[in-house]
Amino acid sequence: MKSTTDRIEKKILLRAPKSRVWRALTNSDEFGTWFRVKLASGFAAGKTVTGKVTYPGYEHLTFSVDVERMDAERLFSFRWHPYAVDPKIDYSREPATLVEFRLEEAAEGTMLTVVESGFDRIPAGRRDEAFRMNSQGWAVQMENVQRHVTG
Amino acid sequence: MEVAQVRDAAPVFAALGDETRLRLLVRLSSSGPDSISRLSAKTPVSRQAVTKHLEVLSRAGLIRGNRRGRERIWQVEPKRLVDARLYLDRISRLWDDALDRLQRHLERQT
Repeated sequence: MKSTTDRIEKKILLRAPKSRVWRALTNSDEFGTWFRVKLASGFAAGKTVTGKVTYPGYEHLTFSVDVERMDAERLFSFRWHPYAVDPKIDYSREPATLVEFRLEEAAEGTMLTVVESGFDRIPAGRRDEAFRMNSQGWAVQMENVQRHVTG
Repeated sequence: MEVAQVRDAAPVFAALGDETRLRLLVRLSSSGPDSISRLSAKTPVSRQAVTKHLEVLSRAGLIRGNRRGRERIWQVEPKRLVDARLYLDRISRLWDDALDRLQRHLERQT
Protein backbone atom coordinates (compact mmCIF):
# COMPACT_ATOMS: atom_id res chain seq x y z
CA MET A 1 0.00 0.00 0.00
CA LYS A 2 1.21 3.46 -0.86
CA SER A 3 1.78 5.75 2.08
CA THR A 4 -0.91 8.38 2.59
CA THR A 5 1.69 11.11 2.61
CA ASP A 6 3.15 10.24 -0.78
CA ARG A 7 0.56 11.77 -3.08
CA ILE A 8 -1.96 14.51 -3.69
CA GLU A 9 -4.93 13.90 -5.95
CA LYS A 10 -7.35 16.51 -7.24
CA LYS A 11 -10.39 16.13 -9.47
CA ILE A 12 -12.22 18.97 -11.15
CA LEU A 13 -15.06 19.03 -13.67
CA LEU A 14 -14.29 21.60 -16.33
CA ARG A 15 -17.13 22.84 -18.51
CA ALA A 16 -15.16 22.63 -21.75
CA PRO A 17 -14.40 19.88 -24.28
CA LYS A 18 -11.26 17.78 -23.89
CA SER A 19 -9.59 19.46 -26.86
CA ARG A 20 -10.02 22.85 -25.21
CA VAL A 21 -8.72 21.65 -21.83
CA TRP A 22 -5.76 19.96 -23.52
CA ARG A 23 -4.82 23.25 -25.16
CA ALA A 24 -5.11 25.15 -21.85
CA LEU A 25 -2.74 22.60 -20.29
CA THR A 26 -0.16 22.13 -23.00
CA ASN A 27 0.00 25.40 -24.92
CA SER A 28 2.79 27.20 -23.10
CA ASP A 29 1.13 30.64 -23.30
CA GLU A 30 -2.19 29.33 -22.02
CA PHE A 31 -0.55 27.23 -19.30
CA GLY A 32 1.42 30.30 -18.28
CA THR A 33 -1.73 32.41 -18.00
CA TRP A 34 -3.46 30.30 -15.37
CA PHE A 35 -0.40 28.71 -13.77
CA ARG A 36 1.25 32.12 -13.53
CA VAL A 37 4.56 31.49 -15.22
CA LYS A 38 6.25 32.92 -18.32
CA LEU A 39 7.67 29.96 -20.20
CA ALA A 40 10.71 30.25 -22.47
CA SER A 41 9.58 27.48 -24.83
CA GLY A 42 6.76 25.08 -25.63
CA PHE A 43 6.09 21.73 -23.98
CA ALA A 44 7.30 18.53 -25.69
CA ALA A 45 7.82 15.01 -24.34
CA GLY A 46 11.34 14.51 -23.01
CA LYS A 47 12.07 18.23 -22.97
CA THR A 48 13.05 20.47 -20.05
CA VAL A 49 10.97 23.64 -20.01
CA THR A 50 11.93 26.62 -17.90
CA GLY A 51 10.37 29.99 -17.23
CA LYS A 52 9.88 32.83 -14.78
CA VAL A 53 7.23 32.61 -12.13
CA THR A 54 4.71 35.46 -12.41
CA TYR A 55 2.80 34.63 -9.22
CA PRO A 56 2.72 37.84 -7.15
CA GLY A 57 5.41 37.74 -4.50
CA TYR A 58 7.27 34.83 -6.15
CA GLU A 59 8.58 36.61 -9.26
CA HIS A 60 12.19 35.93 -8.21
CA LEU A 61 11.71 32.19 -8.73
CA THR A 62 12.52 30.07 -11.76
CA PHE A 63 10.04 27.48 -12.97
CA SER A 64 11.46 24.27 -14.40
CA VAL A 65 9.84 20.98 -15.40
CA ASP A 66 10.98 17.86 -17.25
CA VAL A 67 8.12 16.84 -19.50
CA GLU A 68 7.49 13.10 -19.49
CA ARG A 69 4.41 12.25 -21.51
CA MET A 70 2.10 14.07 -23.85
CA ASP A 71 -0.65 11.70 -25.03
CA ALA A 72 -3.00 14.08 -26.84
CA GLU A 73 -6.18 14.83 -24.89
CA ARG A 74 -5.44 12.02 -22.43
CA LEU A 75 -2.31 12.50 -20.36
CA PHE A 76 0.19 15.28 -19.79
CA SER A 77 2.90 14.65 -17.19
CA PHE A 78 6.08 16.23 -15.95
CA ARG A 79 8.57 15.99 -13.09
CA TRP A 80 9.51 18.97 -10.97
CA HIS A 81 10.62 20.07 -7.53
CA PRO A 82 7.60 20.94 -5.43
CA TYR A 83 7.53 24.03 -3.28
CA ALA A 84 10.97 25.12 -4.48
CA VAL A 85 10.64 28.55 -2.92
CA ASP A 86 14.16 29.26 -1.70
CA PRO A 87 16.31 30.67 -4.55
CA LYS A 88 19.46 29.95 -2.50
CA ILE A 89 18.83 26.19 -2.58
CA ASP A 90 19.80 24.03 -5.53
CA TYR A 91 16.83 21.67 -5.73
CA SER A 92 18.06 19.97 -8.90
CA ARG A 93 19.89 17.20 -7.05
CA GLU A 94 16.91 16.29 -4.90
CA PRO A 95 14.26 13.74 -5.90
CA ALA A 96 11.50 15.23 -8.03
CA THR A 97 7.77 14.60 -7.82
CA LEU A 98 5.69 13.45 -10.78
CA VAL A 99 2.73 15.60 -11.82
CA GLU A 100 0.08 13.96 -14.03
CA PHE A 101 -2.89 15.65 -15.66
CA ARG A 102 -5.46 13.08 -16.86
CA LEU A 103 -8.39 14.07 -19.03
CA GLU A 104 -11.65 12.13 -19.30
CA GLU A 105 -14.79 13.01 -21.17
CA ALA A 106 -17.68 13.78 -18.83
CA ALA A 107 -21.36 14.50 -19.45
CA GLU A 108 -20.94 18.22 -19.03
CA GLY A 109 -17.37 18.67 -20.16
CA THR A 110 -14.06 17.22 -19.07
CA MET A 111 -13.07 15.55 -15.82
CA LEU A 112 -9.52 16.58 -15.04
CA THR A 113 -7.54 14.57 -12.48
CA VAL A 114 -4.26 15.95 -11.20
CA VAL A 115 -1.99 13.62 -9.26
CA GLU A 116 1.30 14.71 -7.74
CA SER A 117 3.27 11.79 -6.28
CA GLY A 118 6.67 10.96 -4.84
CA PHE A 119 6.53 13.18 -1.74
CA ASP A 120 7.87 10.44 0.53
CA ARG A 121 11.26 10.78 -1.14
CA ILE A 122 11.44 14.53 -0.50
CA PRO A 123 14.11 15.22 2.15
CA ALA A 124 12.69 15.67 5.64
CA GLY A 125 14.37 19.08 5.87
CA ARG A 126 12.14 20.42 3.10
CA ARG A 127 9.11 19.32 5.02
CA ASP A 128 10.44 21.00 8.14
CA GLU A 129 10.60 24.25 6.17
CA ALA A 130 6.95 24.01 5.34
CA PHE A 131 6.30 23.10 8.95
CA ARG A 132 8.11 26.15 10.29
CA MET A 133 6.29 28.41 7.87
CA ASN A 134 2.99 27.16 9.19
CA SER A 135 2.12 29.05 12.34
CA GLN A 136 -0.54 26.50 13.21
CA GLY A 137 2.12 23.95 14.13
CA TRP A 138 1.76 20.95 16.35
CA ALA A 139 2.68 22.86 19.54
CA VAL A 140 -0.12 25.34 18.98
CA GLN A 141 -2.59 22.57 18.25
CA MET A 142 -1.63 20.72 21.41
CA GLU A 143 -2.09 23.87 23.47
CA ASN A 144 -5.56 24.18 22.01
CA VAL A 145 -6.39 20.59 22.91
CA GLN A 146 -4.98 21.08 26.36
CA ARG A 147 -7.07 24.21 26.94
CA HIS A 148 -10.10 22.35 25.67
CA VAL A 149 -9.57 19.38 27.98
CA THR A 150 -8.48 21.21 31.10
CA GLY A 151 -10.59 24.32 30.60
CA MET B 1 -11.50 18.51 1.79
CA GLU B 2 -11.60 15.51 -0.45
CA VAL B 3 -13.02 12.13 0.51
CA ALA B 4 -9.57 10.54 0.39
CA GLN B 5 -8.16 13.15 2.77
CA VAL B 6 -10.99 12.70 5.25
CA ARG B 7 -10.55 8.95 5.06
CA ASP B 8 -6.81 9.23 5.72
CA ALA B 9 -7.42 11.45 8.71
CA ALA B 10 -10.23 9.28 10.10
CA PRO B 11 -8.09 7.01 12.38
CA VAL B 12 -6.54 10.11 13.93
CA PHE B 13 -9.91 11.70 14.64
CA ALA B 14 -11.29 8.39 15.91
CA ALA B 15 -8.31 8.03 18.22
CA LEU B 16 -8.82 11.55 19.53
CA GLY B 17 -12.57 11.12 19.91
CA ASP B 18 -12.29 9.78 23.44
CA GLU B 19 -11.82 11.75 26.63
CA THR B 20 -9.32 9.34 28.22
CA ARG B 21 -7.17 9.11 25.11
CA LEU B 22 -7.21 12.85 24.67
CA ARG B 23 -6.05 13.28 28.27
CA LEU B 24 -3.29 10.68 27.78
CA LEU B 25 -2.09 12.43 24.65
CA VAL B 26 -2.12 15.85 26.26
CA ARG B 27 -0.22 14.45 29.23
CA LEU B 28 2.43 12.81 27.05
CA SER B 29 2.78 15.95 25.02
CA SER B 30 3.08 18.31 28.00
CA SER B 31 5.14 16.23 30.45
CA GLY B 32 7.12 14.12 28.02
CA PRO B 33 7.62 10.34 27.64
CA ASP B 34 6.17 8.17 30.37
CA SER B 35 5.51 4.56 31.35
CA ILE B 36 2.15 2.81 31.51
CA SER B 37 2.31 2.40 35.28
CA ARG B 38 2.89 6.12 35.86
CA LEU B 39 0.31 7.07 33.27
CA SER B 40 -2.33 4.79 34.79
CA ALA B 41 -1.55 6.00 38.31
CA LYS B 42 -2.80 9.43 37.25
CA THR B 43 -5.77 8.21 35.24
CA PRO B 44 -9.04 7.05 36.81
CA VAL B 45 -9.14 3.90 34.66
CA SER B 46 -7.42 0.54 34.95
CA ARG B 47 -3.92 -0.12 33.75
CA GLN B 48 -5.33 -2.56 31.22
CA ALA B 49 -7.65 0.12 29.83
CA VAL B 50 -4.80 2.63 29.63
CA THR B 51 -2.75 0.07 27.69
CA LYS B 52 -5.61 -0.36 25.23
CA HIS B 53 -6.03 3.39 24.78
CA LEU B 54 -2.29 3.82 24.21
CA GLU B 55 -2.40 1.14 21.55
CA VAL B 56 -5.21 2.93 19.74
CA LEU B 57 -3.20 6.17 19.78
CA SER B 58 -0.17 4.25 18.56
CA ARG B 59 -2.06 2.69 15.65
CA ALA B 60 -3.17 6.17 14.59
CA GLY B 61 0.51 7.18 14.52
CA LEU B 62 0.08 9.72 17.29
CA ILE B 63 2.39 8.10 19.84
CA ARG B 64 5.20 5.58 19.84
CA GLY B 65 6.22 3.02 22.46
CA ASN B 66 9.83 2.10 23.22
CA ARG B 67 10.87 -0.77 25.43
CA ARG B 68 13.10 0.30 28.31
CA GLY B 69 13.98 -2.68 30.46
CA ARG B 70 10.75 -4.39 31.43
CA GLU B 71 8.66 -1.30 30.80
CA ARG B 72 7.33 0.34 27.73
CA ILE B 73 7.84 4.10 27.53
CA TRP B 74 5.34 6.00 25.44
CA GLN B 75 5.99 9.26 23.70
CA VAL B 76 4.22 11.60 21.33
CA GLU B 77 5.14 10.99 17.70
CA PRO B 78 3.89 14.09 15.97
CA LYS B 79 6.71 15.10 13.76
CA ARG B 80 6.77 12.81 10.79
CA LEU B 81 3.07 12.59 10.39
CA VAL B 82 2.26 16.21 11.06
CA ASP B 83 5.14 17.65 9.06
CA ALA B 84 4.26 15.53 6.09
CA ARG B 85 0.61 16.44 6.44
CA LEU B 86 1.22 20.18 6.70
CA TYR B 87 3.59 20.06 3.75
CA LEU B 88 1.03 18.24 1.62
CA ASP B 89 -1.77 20.54 2.81
CA ARG B 90 0.23 23.53 1.67
CA ILE B 91 0.93 22.06 -1.76
CA SER B 92 -2.64 20.85 -1.95
CA ARG B 93 -3.88 24.43 -1.47
CA LEU B 94 -1.55 25.65 -4.22
CA TRP B 95 -3.13 23.08 -6.56
CA ASP B 96 -6.63 24.15 -5.55
CA ASP B 97 -5.76 27.74 -6.43
CA ALA B 98 -4.13 26.76 -9.72
CA LEU B 99 -7.10 24.61 -10.80
CA ASP B 100 -9.46 27.40 -9.82
CA ARG B 101 -7.55 29.74 -12.11
CA LEU B 102 -7.62 27.11 -14.88
CA GLN B 103 -11.40 26.87 -14.55
CA ARG B 104 -11.81 30.64 -14.76
CA HIS B 105 -9.37 30.77 -17.68
CA LEU B 106 -11.51 28.26 -19.59
CA GLU B 107 -14.74 30.10 -18.78
CA ARG B 108 -13.31 33.34 -20.10
CA GLN B 109 -12.13 31.84 -23.37
CA THR B 110 -14.84 29.38 -24.38
